[in-house]
Amino acid sequence: MRGIRFAPRLNERDKSMDNEDKINIPHLAMLARLSLDEAATQRAEHELHNIIDMIDQMQAVDTSDVIPMAHPLDAEQRLRSDQVTEQVDRERFQRNAPATAEGYYLVPRVVE
Amino acid sequence: MSLHPFVTVTELRQGLATGEYSAVELTQYFLDQINRHQPTSNAFITVDEQGSLKAAAAADAQIAQGKAGALTGIPMAHKDVFCTNNVLTTCGSRMLENFVAPYDATVVHNLQSAGMVCLGKTNMDEFAMGSSNENSAFGPVANPWHAEHVPGGSSGGSAAAVGSGQVPVATGTDTGGSIRQPAAFCGITGLKPTYGRVSRYGMVAFASSLDQGGLFARTAQDIALVLGSMAGFDAKDSTSAQRHDSWLEQIAQQGIPQTPAKLKIGLPAEYFQAMSDTQQLDDVRNTLEQLGHTCVEVALPNTQMAIPAYYVVAGAEASTNLSRYDGVRFGHRCENPESLEDLYQRSRSEGFGEEVKRRILTGTYALSVGYFDAYYLQAQKIRRLISDDFSNAFSQVDLLLTPTAPGPAFAAGALKQDPVAMYQQDKFTVPASLAGLPALSMPCGFKQGLPLGAQLIGPAFREDLILGLARDFQQATDWHQHTPAAAAGDRT
Repeated sequence: MRGIRFAPRLNERDKSMDNEDKINIPHLAMLARLSLDEAATQRAEHELHNIIDMIDQMQAVDTSDVIPMAHPLDAEQRLRSDQVTEQVDRERFQRNAPATAEGYYLVPRVVE
Repeated sequence: MSLHPFVTVTELRQGLATGEYSAVELTQYFLDQINRHQPTSNAFITVDEQGSLKAAAAADAQIAQGKAGALTGIPMAHKDVFCTNNVLTTCGSRMLENFVAPYDATVVHNLQSAGMVCLGKTNMDEFAMGSSNENSAFGPVANPWHAEHVPGGSSGGSAAAVGSGQVPVATGTDTGGSIRQPAAFCGITGLKPTYGRVSRYGMVAFASSLDQGGLFARTAQDIALVLGSMAGFDAKDSTSAQRHDSWLEQIAQQGIPQTPAKLKIGLPAEYFQAMSDTQQLDDVRNTLEQLGHTCVEVALPNTQMAIPAYYVVAGAEASTNLSRYDGVRFGHRCENPESLEDLYQRSRSEGFGEEVKRRILTGTYALSVGYFDAYYLQAQKIRRLISDDFSNAFSQVDLLLTPTAPGPAFAAGALKQDPVAMYQQDKFTVPASLAGLPALSMPCGFKQGLPLGAQLIGPAFREDLILGLARDFQQATDWHQHTPAAAAGDRT
């Protein structure tokens, strides 16, 4: 997850930018694999603007010495031994699949 | 005690044990209640008449053989977020409207093993995102006390079902208040246990570092009874807590442990200052003091930052968790996709509702290159500050008493157009969620004919203290015994 190091640090961000400039809804929709029509894009822009205004209150807090909290009780990841515990029942699992053939999931052609 | 819709689990155990009624009769009785309420209440997405009657017959056989456990034959309902083998699990979404899980959630398995009879799956905000149950793809749910008001959310169906006497107990999940707030709005008791206390295996994921399964019932005593069978370590959930709390292991037999004689109860100043009217809470305080406890003011200075931090953490985790819905392996798939990209985009856009898309976009924004440090990392740091606030408070007091929600159930449609105002509904419940702490809402009075809830928050894994104090409060008051007028005529 630390691959995000390319991201500018908080203090390097151009604080003069206001939300309108920051929110690129078509780009976000593309990242989230959502397609929004013109009206939905405009609505999302307005709503996200308000939501981001609200969450931007966080920037007022000095957290320079605070260690981020990923688990609410600071628990460590529990590991198990690398042993087979159950077999995948493909036929059963694929009953929920929209389209399958011979045990494969069918999708539109990817390679021409 | 004759059968009536507002009977407690404790009373039902006795009725079944003495043969006053059979499990099949009990199941049929509550199925009738559900069928009668469903057209106006819409608390259920699926009613499993056949399955429940079969399970009830099996329970009767166990009782006849003298093999009954503490919960054998007790009817209940699951929030439709828990996977059930062979019964639909929709999560309130078009995305999963035809989804039948190939396995049972651990919670479902545990309660089934304890002999409970599941009558159906309850309505909810889509993917548990909402505070009003207005985000369900299967329609809104009516508040049992006033049909034009919301039941709260996201576990609105479970809360309304218990609140209107359709089932004596129901499961829910709570990510930022989704058990406590609807419990308050519907005039019942609701518990969000400590993070990790109840297995998340088979619980459709929304925000994995916050999601926690819990319960709705009429009394703290009933919740405790069922929690004993529901909770416990589960190897299938990587964040399940490995605990051996003897009070929990013995709770079905011994009940909730006795409350220490003199507890110190903290009243967080930031919560009380945010309320225009604290009359009902002042009454709770007086009752607790009459019981011999002491109430003192405490400070939780980072409270105001909880909502912003929560909507970043929950949004980020939701956008990640919901990326699995791609129209390929399960869930909704669009017609005639032209390409793989088209398949993903249209399947997701058609399958998800407005609020879910909004949160996915918020989360995607918070995680995107350039904003990760400013939003996600900052939110995780604030999460620690909030957790530290609670730790400081619990070095001075045993428990905290707060309001559950800013007011009683609001009118349907009142906040639907303003997501940010809707998010403020969670301001008293979200802090404990961020800190992973157990919290309970219990009825404490009425405002404009609608019930109000008081919240008790405890240190991690001290559900015994919370449940104990709530039980004592419910022995001293009768707020939890009030039932909605629309259903009052049912009492026999």
